[in-house]
Amino acid sequence: MLGYTITQWLFGILSFLAIMFALMVVFSRNPVNSVLYLVLTFFCIAGHYLLLNAQFLAVVHIAVYAGAIMVLFLFVIMLMNLNQDNEPQKNIYSKLIAGVIGGLLLFVMVGALRGTDHLEMKRYGHPDIGLVKNLGQVLFHEYLFPFEIVSVLLLAALVGAIMLGKKELK
Amino acid sequence: MINGISINYYLMLSTVLFIIGAVGVMARRNTIILFMCIELMLNAVNLLLVAFSVLHNDASGQVFVFFIMAVAAAEVAVGLAILSMIYRNIKSIDTDLLGNLKN
Repeated sequence: MLGYTITQWLFGILSFLAIMFALMVVFSRNPVNSVLYLVLTFFCIAGHYLLLNAQFLAVVHIAVYAGAIMVLFLFVIMLMNLNQDNEPQKNIYSKLIAGVIGGLLLFVMVGALRGTDHLEMKRYGHPDIGLVKNLGQVLFHEYLFPFEIVSVLLLAALVGAIMLGKKELK
Repeated sequence: MINGISINYYLMLSTVLFIIGAVGVMARRNTIILFMCIELMLNAVNLLLVAFSVLHNDASGQVFVFFIMAVAAAEVAVGLAILSMIYRNIKSIDTDLLGNLKN
């Protein structure tokens, strides 16, 4: 099809959708719509993971982000009753400056990255590094200590969130 | 099959996603949307980590993505708890009203 492979078509479509949904996250007035567009962005990114043969990461990404974190966001938005679009807007100058800074940052990054070599993803080698077996080997051999530290971090975050959420701190 | 897409396209895609997140952080006043834009930026970096991990045939990049996901989950849990406490006190999550943390 027009000289492109199926994979390249999929990459283009997923990239376009991801960027569109990301823009909708920023520009939609209603926070609930923002959350739903962010979920769609995450699905597009999970599609990219699948294209990169990182299947396990794609599944974990959907489970953790779309399943857990976004539900947390929705809960908080509904608890605070923010699902109307009565957010006070920044004045037009701040928005203009934000746009200009973003544009300049994009300009600099694209300029810096434009000259890099076109390295294609390897067609040979180990296409199964993204599978559970291989990732588990690496995670529990080379990165066992950071893994345990992360579990402590999650416990600390759990306790901290409960403490902060309590009505009266003694 | 591993796709034949140049790493440059992944670099550009991640850059664009990151900058959309950064502009969102600068342009919006709702703190929850700020958090979402931070998630967007983290995901842009995650995507690039996975792309380079596949490029170099090294699974370490994908393990780092796990750690980033765990840290992001912790950050969101604590951040939203702080946010709900602030909302209970000042009945707003407008970033411009959070400037004076003392009262």
